[in-house]
Amino acid sequence: MSGQRWPMIMATLAGAMSALMLAGCGERPQVVNYKQGEYQGKPDTPAYNAAPFNGNREQWDNAMKQRAQSQNEYKRIGG
Amino acid sequence: MARMKFLCDAERCIECNGCVTACKAEHDIPWGVNRRRVVTMNDGVPGERSISVACMHCSDAPCMAVCPVDCFYKTEQGVVLHDKDMCIGCGYCFYACPFGAPQFPQAGAFGVRGKMDKCTFCAGGPEKDGSPEEFAKYGRNRLSEGKLPACAEMCSTKALLGGDGDVIADIYRDRVLHRGKGAEVWGWATAYKLPPAGSPSAPPPKAKS
Repeated sequence: MSGQRWPMIMATLAGAMSALMLAGCGERPQVVNYKQGEYQGKPDTPAYNAAPFNGNREQWDNAMKQRAQSQNEYKRIGG
Repeated sequence: MARMKFLCDAERCIECNGCVTACKAEHDIPWGVNRRRVVTMNDGVPGERSISVACMHCSDAPCMAVCPVDCFYKTEQGVVLHDKDMCIGCGYCFYACPFGAPQFPQAGAFGVRGKMDKCTFCAGGPEKDGSPEEFAKYGRNRLSEGKLPACAEMCSTKALLGGDGDVIADIYRDRVLHRGKGAEVWGWATAYKLPPAGSPSAPPPKAKS
């Protein structure tokens, strides 16, 4: 029984090994090609996209304006 | 929404370094890196003035212009940010910045410079907002939580203002009008906006000589 399986195991192993060795032949570019004057990094998402605003820009704008006004004590304490 | 700006009122700053501490604590900043500093002019002399300085998120940022790998970008709100994965730590931005904002952690035994670190206006970086990766590289993203920078919000005398340039310019103008002086200390023009001509808060027209 085990004698019959042996060639199958060997074939599978050989297939896996050849796939693994072929993967080593892949060549990835090691040098970044910069485009002068253009941002090259990862794209960023707008601040209002994350929770709790979930893309609601108006709500975020209002929250920021309200927050900024808390720096104005003439309005905050009614001076 | 206009551009996000900082404005430091030299009439109010008491050199407590609360902004520096708030920034360090908020973003877990390592020793040797100071995203924000308090600078005092004529220290110890009567009439000394202090201002809190960090990245001013310039409209025409020289750091962006000189970066050889173009790792800087500007958000919709005018916040100047950078991608640390792209930064090569060359230090050009440090030489270009008039405020000394870019900081370089010492990474290694031989004084090797690490990747540049600077004030993010508490807006994080290009990683996913609020993620642990973003916190590790850039610090907390308060803007995405609907909050203003920690330094400005923690300022005890409200000398340091942060937020929409139009809004903080109005706050500063109100202040100057109430106290009747102060515009000359840090410069009216640094408030980024003049009131429309004819409005009650508009400066009086200059007398012709």
